[in-house]
Amino acid sequence: MGRVVALTGNEAAAEAMRQIDPDVVAAYPITPQTELMHKFADFVADGLVKTEVILVESEHSAMSACVGACAAGARVMTATSANGLALMWEIVYIAASLRLPIVMTVVNRALSGPINIHCDHSDTMGCRDSGWIQLYGENPQEAYDNLIQALKIAEHPDILLPVMPTYDGFIISHTLERLEVLGDDEVKRFVGEFKPAHPLLDLSRPVTYGPLDLQDYYFEHKKAQAEAMKRAKGVVRAVGEEYGRLTGRSYGFFDAYRTEDAEQIILCLGSSAGTAKEVVDELREKGRRVGVLKLRMFRPFPAEELAGAIGHASAIAVLDRAEGFNGVSGPVGLEVRSALYGRSAALVGNYIYGLGGRDLRPELIVQVFDDLAGGRAPLLEAAHLGVRE
Amino acid sequence: MAKEKGYRELPPGGLILEAGNAAEYITGGWRTYRPQVDKGLCTNCLQCWLLCPDCCIHVDDGTMTGYDYDHCKGCGICARICPVKAITMILETDPRGGADERGQFNSKKKA
Repeated sequence: MGRVVALTGNEAAAEAMRQIDPDVVAAYPITPQTELMHKFADFVADGLVKTEVILVESEHSAMSACVGACAAGARVMTATSANGLALMWEIVYIAASLRLPIVMTVVNRALSGPINIHCDHSDTMGCRDSGWIQLYGENPQEAYDNLIQALKIAEHPDILLPVMPTYDGFIISHTLERLEVLGDDEVKRFVGEFKPAHPLLDLSRPVTYGPLDLQDYYFEHKKAQAEAMKRAKGVVRAVGEEYGRLTGRSYGFFDAYRTEDAEQIILCLGSSAGTAKEVVDELREKGRRVGVLKLRMFRPFPAEELAGAIGHASAIAVLDRAEGFNGVSGPVGLEVRSALYGRSAALVGNYIYGLGGRDLRPELIVQVFDDLAGGRAPLLEAAHLGVRE
Repeated sequence: MAKEKGYRELPPGGLILEAGNAAEYITGGWRTYRPQVDKGLCTNCLQCWLLCPDCCIHVDDGTMTGYDYDHCKGCGICARICPVKAITMILETDPRGGADERGQFNSKKKA
């Protein structure tokens, strides 16, 4: 059964990786890599896992080695952050296109420049259209839980897509919290054995990975990839329910907190949801009908389910921890508004907040709820929350 | 050419699951110049067979018998290497020729 431990987000993720004991982990060993890989390397050095660790000269090479190892038939994991993810860019797309079920934890941190190493979502929002499933975690518990589920989602024979579980840099990655971890045997049973569908190393069944794919077939392959991403919704839900039966902690596409009768709802990702829930509790005591929806799964985007969960509100504020540089909206704001179009008459405001690790203080969340209640939500153009004029 | 498949019929990720299927891809349509061989001059030295990058020279029991025009791209290497100038490259649209469907004719045979 589970044990209660105190771990940082990075330690929790490394613990999950130790329990999974993947065949291959390829990673760049210097910053922007986080302590997560440092902790995992300790497990390897101590002989606690059988994983072959490939230390490479760049993040581009890290993802390339993951692609090669996964195509060969190995269960493959890696981790990165911020500029490291940016340097992987080309191969991040190739991993998804070749339908390789790689799991890569991303510790969300700001992209340069100027140089900043603290939390925002500009790294993973930048690759939101790369074909990876994205699961955002709120705390070390979810960093642990999402990583274990990610593997089972990725390797599902109907899906075969890479998964990117994420959590907020420093705020979660370096914060010690109480969490429950499973027994090693329970994790191994839950994730099962990886049975690759078309391993390159099976010489009796030769297979070509990554051939030239021109006007006659590329489009069909992209359509098949898009369909797999749509199917992933059902698998994410099923795996989240199965994990719930094992641990008592079920997971879905999002976590709706006091939203049923809410007139104003804040939607956000990651650690900010914890702060927002505190504020919701305080405002509820004063009789305000407010709620918060924490979006866990951003890819695939659960448009219909989201509209069902928050569409009844009169006003919604989407908090984006990434700037869109489009003069209109952050990335989550655009998608939520699009999801509600034709499904709900709720007004959707959008705020950019917390860039480069700027704190989202409770009074800023109160201000957002006040804006929503007072008809001052920024509907046409995102407002920047907590920035100095 | 094989019938093009729909997206539901394809292996995931654009993988190719069988070996040797390049033959299904008909590349003869890329050709501008068509090689044809004068068997009256040909000595069956098979240098064309050795050098053809697309394995398009048909050989039967040591005799060069003609071309696989489904896959010959008309590169002209066979004509260039032929030591007796038995191979000529003619425009696909050239009505001359006189070769059969294998690309063969015989300038020394009496009509």
